Amino acid sequence: MTNKALMERIVRFRTKPENQSPFGLYLGLEIIDIDQGEATLAVPYAKHLAGNSLTGVLHGGIITTSLDSACGLSVIAALGEPTTIATLDLRIDYLKPAIPEETVFAYGHCYKVTKNVCFVRGLAYQKDKAKPIANATATFMITAKGTGRQVQKNAQPLPGEGESTQ
Amino acid sequence: MSFMELIKRAKETEDFSILSQNIPYMKSLGIEVHQYGGLLITTLKADPKLTGNPWIPALHGGNIGGLLEMAAIVQLAHDQESDDLPRTINITVEYLRTGFIKDLHAKALVTKRGRRVANVQVQCWQDDPDKPVASMHGHFLMS
Repeated sequence: MTNKALMERIVRFRTKPENQSPFGLYLGLEIIDIDQGEATLAVPYAKHLAGNSLTGVLHGGIITTSLDSACGLSVIAALGEPTTIATLDLRIDYLKPAIPEETVFAYGHCYKVTKNVCFVRGLAYQKDKAKPIANATATFMITAKGTGRQVQKNAQPLPGEGESTQ
Repeated sequence: MSFMELIKRAKETEDFSILSQNIPYMKSLGIEVHQYGGLLITTLKADPKLTGNPWIPALHGGNIGGLLEMAAIVQLAHDQESDDLPRTINITVEYLRTGFIKDLHAKALVTKRGRRVANVQVQCWQDDPDKPVASMHGHFLMS
């Protein structure tokens, strides 16, 4: 599912030069899907980001970065308006190594929004979302004062709330 | 050269720059390892391209996580005799303060090394070691 209007709004905001994340540009992070409370990013394979030059497997840090970005973006997608957030914590379980030369997708689902804190689940996968390479759990703090209370009122119930996303 | 061969060479020569020269991720991001006495410090050099939040500007949280994981693996590989590369099972990163675009230093503490699994805690800081930017704990598969 894609929420086209929300996706356009977020993409338009994020592609303004003053709002672009330099490291996102460096990695070539691309927003490929936005829905209410959900976000998917693509990270193209890059040989120079491998953790091991013999195997060419991407370093775990790149998986961490893409999951942090996707989870953060899903919070923005849940709040429905640009605000500033900060990662409180991020846990990543590495399920299997990433296959070299293949694009990595990072998916985040913000399943709960409160006044100050947002709760997120995430997945990193390559060709098959049913066979993830990593699983993530994250919490984010809404740092813009008062924004949380304001958007919490506006926040709509998430589609698929209570259902498993994995 | 494999990671474990690089670590072995670094230990022999007491020069860890061989890691940054041969591991693509470390070279691209600017991660260096230095030894001070018996202490290994892993450092992410300040670089505007590592910015995640352009408004502050602040380091991308993923780069902080990447540094912490790297510091844990380097410490585990350095401490062991075997040739098995420690593999990450999971990491939990707690973000405590904004990471500014300055050098970020990390120090790992191996809490427990088992036969198959090791538990490691890592802290990183910028100007003051008593004001950590983030801390991490993780499990690593040793064989």
